Amino acid sequence: MLKLNINKKNYELNIDPDTPLLWVLRDVIGLVGTKYGCGVAQCGACVVHLNGEAVRSCVTKVSRAAGQQVVTIEGLSVNNDHPLQKAWLELDVSQCGYCQAGQIMSAAVLLNENKNPTDKDINNAMEGNICRCGTYLRIHQAIHLAAEIQRKGSK
Amino acid sequence: MKIKFGKKLLFSLKKVIIVITVMVTVIGLSASAFRTNNDGETVTREKLDKIDSVASLAAFEKVYKVLMSPRCMNCHPAGDIPLQGDDSHIHTMSPMRGKDGKGVYAMKCSNCHQPSNSPGLRTPPGNPKWGLPPADMKMVFEGKSARELALQIMDYKQNGHKNKAKLIEHARDTLVKAGWNMGEGRKPPPLAYKDFVEAWDEWINNGGIAPKN
Repeated sequence: MLKLNINKKNYELNIDPDTPLLWVLRDVIGLVGTKYGCGVAQCGACVVHLNGEAVRSCVTKVSRAAGQQVVTIEGLSVNNDHPLQKAWLELDVSQCGYCQAGQIMSAAVLLNENKNPTDKDINNAMEGNICRCGTYLRIHQAIHLAAEIQRKGSK
Repeated sequence: MKIKFGKKLLFSLKKVIIVITVMVTVIGLSASAFRTNNDGETVTREKLDKIDSVASLAAFEKVYKVLMSPRCMNCHPAGDIPLQGDDSHIHTMSPMRGKDGKGVYAMKCSNCHQPSNSPGLRTPPGNPKWGLPPADMKMVFEGKSARELALQIMDYKQNGHKNKAKLIEHARDTLVKAGWNMGEGRKPPPLAYKDFVEAWDEWINNGGIAPKN
């Protein structure tokens, strides 16, 4: 029996410990906001937070998450009001949207560790998240905007 | 009378000079039989006699081939982005070294590199310690000649502050050992792990001699 804490909710699952976390999130628990992209940690669509780090759930065995804190896009904020979510809506960042959960989860780690990121910091943080629609410019703008919202919110 | 006294004084001075010269020579000779190495350990002439510099150089030749193979060099790059693959190309996604060598923000090594290898071709190899050397001591292998690399490894100020014992231990490190188990489709270093450790020990135990070029 594997004990998981996902979005602050406890689960006990009878599952093969080698199962990728992404499969557990989507197929077992039903949290489908996290997407399957490449399956080999190359695209970033499946990024979730494991103890605050942006892990790629397609290659992360569920056993690594046992007893740890997992947060998915569904648990990033209570009312979809994380500064990044607000900025994403404000700037209409998404096109097809498939990669956006991963983009936002990666950006959230950046903003958690750097309250005022430069373009270079954003590049360094987001290089591993691919967007086939090419929304990179809007993603950059939205991260700057979210940083601003976050700074104002903390005053 | 005065001349006699002068001669006597000159004779005494000569004696003093001879005694001092003998003393300095004796002290100098005995001191040359001792040296203090990086570990603060006194290396006696007897110990120095046991050092086989030819064996050391021959062993390093093997060691160098391993260290410059993609499995070792890819994580000891000249820049701040690791290398990847058997052709040592720049790592896709350009993950940055970061201060501690473990990456930055959402691009930390362990986000993709799991505690163990991921199954399948072109999936991230894994180890709990995955990372580059830290930013304040990059321990670059890429582009180094055999001499440069040998001198770097034997230099306490450039080798991650490793004394002889720590260097010997380093070849047994789980991340070093992982070079021989890098997941599917990756070529292992050109020497078996056991032979590498043997060559590493032989090189270091025989003085860690650097080749001329």
